[in-house]
Amino acid sequence: MVVKQSTANYNSPNWRNALETRIFPDLSDDDEGGERSPVQRQLQAGAKLANRYSIQEVVGLGGMGSVYRARDMHFPNVTKLVAVKEMINTAPDPLVRETIVQNFEREANLLATLTHPAIPRIYDYFSLESRSYLVLEFIHGKDMEGIISDTNGFLPETQVLTWAMELCDVLDFLHKHKPDAIIFRDMKPSNVMINSNGDVILIDFGIAKVFQSGSKGTMIGTEGYSPPEQYRGEATPMADIYALGATIHHALTRRDPRLEPPFSFSERPLRRINPSISPELEIIVNRALEYDPASRFQTAAEMRDALVSVARKTGVLVRTGSPTGPIKTNGIKPLWSFKCEDEIRGTPSISQGSLFIGAYDNNLYALDAAEGKFQWKYPTDGGIVSRPALMDGNVYIGSEDKRLHVVSARSGKVVWTYYTDAPIRSSPRIAEGHVFIGSDDSYLHAINLATGRKAWSFESADAIRSTPFVLNDIVYFGCESGEYYAVNFRGELKWRFRAKRSVTSSTVGHGQSIFFSSVDSTLYALDPSNGWLLWKFRLGKASISTPCIADDLIFVGAADGFIYAVEARTSKEAWRFRTEHQVNGSPVIYKDSLYCGSVDGSLYCLEYRTGRLRWKFGTEGAITGTPLVYDDIIYFGSTDHQVYALLA
Amino acid sequence: MDKFFRWLFGKRSTATKTIDTANTAPLTEEQLKSIVGNQNPHFDLQQLISASGQSVGKQRELNEDSLLALTATMAGNSGNLPFGLYIVADGMGGHQFGEVASNAAIRTVAGYILRKFHSHLFQIKTDTMDESFQEIMQAAVSEAQRAIQREAPGSGTTLTAALVVGQQITVAHVGDSRAYFVYPDGRIEPITRDHSLVQRLQELGHITQEEAENYPHRNVLYRALGQGEILEPDIFNVGFPQPAILMLCSDGLWGVVAEQDLVKSINEAPNLQRACQNLVTAANIAGGPDNISVVLTQLIG
Repeated sequence: MVVKQSTANYNSPNWRNALETRIFPDLSDDDEGGERSPVQRQLQAGAKLANRYSIQEVVGLGGMGSVYRARDMHFPNVTKLVAVKEMINTAPDPLVRETIVQNFEREANLLATLTHPAIPRIYDYFSLESRSYLVLEFIHGKDMEGIISDTNGFLPETQVLTWAMELCDVLDFLHKHKPDAIIFRDMKPSNVMINSNGDVILIDFGIAKVFQSGSKGTMIGTEGYSPPEQYRGEATPMADIYALGATIHHALTRRDPRLEPPFSFSERPLRRINPSISPELEIIVNRALEYDPASRFQTAAEMRDALVSVARKTGVLVRTGSPTGPIKTNGIKPLWSFKCEDEIRGTPSISQGSLFIGAYDNNLYALDAAEGKFQWKYPTDGGIVSRPALMDGNVYIGSEDKRLHVVSARSGKVVWTYYTDAPIRSSPRIAEGHVFIGSDDSYLHAINLATGRKAWSFESADAIRSTPFVLNDIVYFGCESGEYYAVNFRGELKWRFRAKRSVTSSTVGHGQSIFFSSVDSTLYALDPSNGWLLWKFRLGKASISTPCIADDLIFVGAADGFIYAVEARTSKEAWRFRTEHQVNGSPVIYKDSLYCGSVDGSLYCLEYRTGRLRWKFGTEGAITGTPLVYDDIIYFGSTDHQVYALLA
Repeated sequence: MDKFFRWLFGKRSTATKTIDTANTAPLTEEQLKSIVGNQNPHFDLQQLISASGQSVGKQRELNEDSLLALTATMAGNSGNLPFGLYIVADGMGGHQFGEVASNAAIRTVAGYILRKFHSHLFQIKTDTMDESFQEIMQAAVSEAQRAIQREAPGSGTTLTAALVVGQQITVAHVGDSRAYFVYPDGRIEPITRDHSLVQRLQELGHITQEEAENYPHRNVLYRALGQGEILEPDIFNVGFPQPAILMLCSDGLWGVVAEQDLVKSINEAPNLQRACQNLVTAANIAGGPDNISVVLTQLIG
């Protein structure tokens, strides 16, 4: 937190940055001491302090000065290490300085009386000129923030649970202090040390805070972890409980709250980020993080009891691998299914009650959409992996026999065919009296619908397997070399863009931006009018999945098995969902659900805003095409040779 | 008819006096306004136009705001790509460092972005850029963050920067300066979100608009350039709506002049320069408690 218009403030995080960068401007004209910077005055190794503490090295930079590891020379025969915390009194006014020192000594006296395994023991304190020193127990260990960032993946729930219980313990001890409760006020992972026994120790005690009272408008507490009321200057036991909730949240999710807007934990529910967390623990953390202090645990002891009961039920004591909720799998009965003679890798289209789908058995099938009854099939001489287009009672389909076939939707009789020089894996796109289709012969073909003759063709650098996308009289498509083109209706190049690897995915978009994915593991957003790159979103692996758009979200699958949701404006990930294998087909949105197939054989239905699984339906083969949803029915094919119809 | 309006419009701006003294019944000021307002002047060449205004205000001695407006037109047979960069930064922190921070912010960000675009805009373009607009913005902000921590440790600044390339605006935003779209029909639409405590509390529904206006910690930011070990600016793309004016301003303007008066000052002005003057004047009339900076830009044609 920063306060605009305040005077230079030695305690806010910026001061720490200043220390870290080791460069100091002339910060204070009022400093009559002539000494400029605490860093310049930092104690060197070997220096002896108060004729007793031999400085070994700087181990940390606190808000007010340095922390040193030192050896206590009163024990000449053993190496007794202590931590010496230095606090620099920067107040220019002598009266204020004196008050600060008095406050410091009062606090130090208070702390010295505290005896608790999670509080470092205080051995000594003293003030020398403008600096005050606190000598405390030296802790061998690592702070929790370091542990979080050095761990790959999530910390085990049991571990975090144990720490949380110990932290509740020490908070309870502090809060029950007589005559006045002690509020820690700065609970966060970097203030919690885990010692060599694995126990927690609270460091950086509130004692330092007396040095902050001099600066106007300072926000005490650490951004991200502090409760709302702390910004109003209220410090209560419930404030420590909130910060503890924030600390646990950070440890379990690895999401640093300092990078998020304040008080936004409820937007990042624990189990959405880390589904392995037990629901009981999530409830406890949520309660600790309630906005209203009255809704939180009222005492640390109460929170501890709640944590203990979770530990008993699920965590430390007994681990029941509880499922993450009731998920229907294969409890779903298809409305119908239809078996072709070979794999189905393509996508269906629907018109006037008939479903059209091509298969690897070379046939284009027409089925009755309501019951899955066979209507007709049209044989081509090659496999069909694309999606049919429909126009004026005709079905348009490309085949690996190099041809675009145009067939009557009613009878399945051929109307005309068009030859390219190589197999067709791109789907036809119809616009303005023309059909646009790519071919492995590396040409984009524009064919007149009425005559079946070529209007023009555009040569690209490599095979075109993406489906041309038409927007505002421009045709957009990518090819296998990674070149991406925008061509106008006369077949003239408007602009080109180069991805690092194949663009097999087709494009979606609107006037502002167009989106496609690439085998170079990137989801791209381009300006459709000039091809400038707006943003890139990094996917875990290659993608040939065509994105789809709903609201402000772009959805796309990738070979890493994830379905991603990305915010269109900011290119930030909204969520991701893991399937068991590659996601090569494209997601579709219908009402508030997202449907997408995976090579793991399942069709997934997710809540599209959150990525939560609603249900999945297993087939016997990989699903590589895109489902079609029409009138509350989902149609899709699988490499188990079947076409399925399910209720959405 | 259209021609007639255009003639009228032209007449008014160049020789208003003639109309005033004419014997034929002149159109009233209001009629003229409605004509001017409804008219969407057509320019053959699509281009950006911009203007800016700044004032130290009535109560401060020091101007800690910085602004930058850069508008380029490059048109020819090979195409036309409007290009502009607009930044408002409101410095804060003790002593004179606020102004150092805001100045370092605009220079560093602009320098970084212009260096990136230089080889693509001012040379014969061969290929599209490797980096996306959002990546460039992010890198520019990070560089500014480092520059401020180096040049003026302890200080900080807000930053609201809009890079316009064609019809695409890429915004980078930290703090509580703001970007708005102002439409001729009187709508005003903020496109940034303040990183202030008071805004956050309002978003969460914990305080009302009225409470927010009187909130004691109105000036507390939870994100500022130069502050904190980690900085996460808001970076996003938005299309440039036509007709609309993009306004960037510091809280010395939006914090003192009501939204509807902002719109009025802009829509009643004959051009962007006058609009900027009107806005600065309005803020000063309202007391001018803080430094005032405003940049207006419009994509025409």
